[in-house]
Amino acid sequence: MSDAAITFDNLTLGYNSHPAVHHLSGTVTRGALTAVVGANGSGKSTLMKGIAGILKPMAGAVQVNNKARMAYLPQGTELDRSFPARVIDLVSMGLWPRRGLLGRYSRSDWQKVEAAIAAVGLVGFEARSLDTLSGGQLQRALFARVVLQDAELILLDEPFNAVDQRTIADLLALMQHWHREHRTVLVVVHDHDLVRQHLPEALLLARRPIAWGQSAVVLNSENLAKARHFDEAWDENAPWCAPGEHAHDHVHDAPHAHVHHDHGHHEHGHHDLHKGAA
Amino acid sequence: MESAYQFLVAPFVEFEFMQRALAGAILLALGSCPIGVFLMLRRMSLTGDAMAHAILPGAAVGFLLFGLELVPMTIGGLVAGVVVALGAGAVSRLTVQKEDASMAAFYLISLALGVLIVSMRGSSVDLLHVLFGTVLALNDDALFLIGGISVVTLVSLAIFWRALVAECLDPLFLRSVSSLGPPVHFLFLGLVVLNLVGGFQALGTLLAVGLMMLPAAAARFWTTRLEPLCLLAIAIGIASCVAGLLISYHASLPSGPAIILSAGIVYLLSMIIGPRGLIPTRLRPAAHRTA
Repeated sequence: MSDAAITFDNLTLGYNSHPAVHHLSGTVTRGALTAVVGANGSGKSTLMKGIAGILKPMAGAVQVNNKARMAYLPQGTELDRSFPARVIDLVSMGLWPRRGLLGRYSRSDWQKVEAAIAAVGLVGFEARSLDTLSGGQLQRALFARVVLQDAELILLDEPFNAVDQRTIADLLALMQHWHREHRTVLVVVHDHDLVRQHLPEALLLARRPIAWGQSAVVLNSENLAKARHFDEAWDENAPWCAPGEHAHDHVHDAPHAHVHHDHGHHEHGHHDLHKGAA
Repeated sequence: MESAYQFLVAPFVEFEFMQRALAGAILLALGSCPIGVFLMLRRMSLTGDAMAHAILPGAAVGFLLFGLELVPMTIGGLVAGVVVALGAGAVSRLTVQKEDASMAAFYLISLALGVLIVSMRGSSVDLLHVLFGTVLALNDDALFLIGGISVVTLVSLAIFWRALVAECLDPLFLRSVSSLGPPVHFLFLGLVVLNLVGGFQALGTLLAVGLMMLPAAAARFWTTRLEPLCLLAIAIGIASCVAGLLISYHASLPSGPAIILSAGIVYLLSMIIGPRGLIPTRLRPAAHRTA
């Protein structure tokens, strides 16, 4: 049993030959609760899609330890709220990993659905149709589905968007509960204060990885300044990224990250920065 | 009582062609109507229309080679429908173009091709037959075909129900837990083609989509749950078939349009008086509750 929940090996993800996540290497340890931070367009959602397997790497690789036990909650979701479904229908979709296409839902499955709905504070909403829910209520229902998926690795893409303080507090408590259960959680968050206070580790992206480690250290002013200075626009005339052409960028404060910026090297540990978390 | 029997039941008892028409229409509604519900929920209502045109050139090639024969026209229609569905699906998945645009492009090409091929051999009467069907002249083969299509449709829906619902409601979720998303999408398009081909035996290419979409659209005004929605659509479809055949019999009107217009009337009534229709939503009391 390896200790890595996710391993990035010189991973590059992107669209139309343009990188959105450029040369990311490192490991997410099992049971880590990691915030993924960065400006809009810095590659956070792209990274989540890459880990979820929805976007194939342009170069390098990402390895997920147990793909079958992964839960992915996309940003805003492509969920069709006008679909004739109730909260309980949406939440019970989380039984898929256990029951698949044809497995019958047993009595204990339905008890688990009830328990998940209770865990997010939506008791009484079971029969409400989706189009009558507020944004926060819908997000709670989606978290209940994640609870039900009983995943080892949980990917949450901006779950706090358009969600009020009380709901954020509840969902955050749920995340910390998952952390105590030694589930690996990666969550995209914009609020730096929230990250510093509640999430032990952070990965700061600006198209390329800037820093990775203890959140208080990752989110220091030097790193944040560095993260702000990236070009959001693609350069159609940018040279092709080839091995051995790039200057070495150093990544600070990375306990289990080794971020390659010499694009040719694949050997692990070559440019690793093992400062270690305190 | 006597006159009600004469009006409602006697035509089906006395005439075999009416019995066959009724059986064909009911079998067709069993498969088509739930498919229509899913098309509507995926906002693909017009895709049904496009696909109905798309099967025309295939049927026309069958007609050109073998005349008005069930098997070649059916196989031709199936092939053309699947080619257009796969083509449009592939274009939308492999290029930046969305499925509605690629579907429109493919079906326009198809329709033009179909009319051209029919005109190479047949008269305008033949074209009318292909376009508007012959529910009053269903032979055994056609009935077996429609019955077989209903069975395949209902069995597929039962097996893939969970995946179909997930693919409509939250496609990214389905992709994250299963690789069934794309195959289920194409299976669904295949079922659409199959039911349209079945429908065009009875109602013709242009009206087959009517029996698919109108009951679904009408049922949506009555319920907010998926399972009742499908059952209600089937019920409306069957009722429209019975009503349409009777109107057609008594008033000597063409049967296909009579069936579709019956479904159309149900749709209009549902839109006005259904619980989610115009009147109930406008006439809610102005007062509001405390919680």
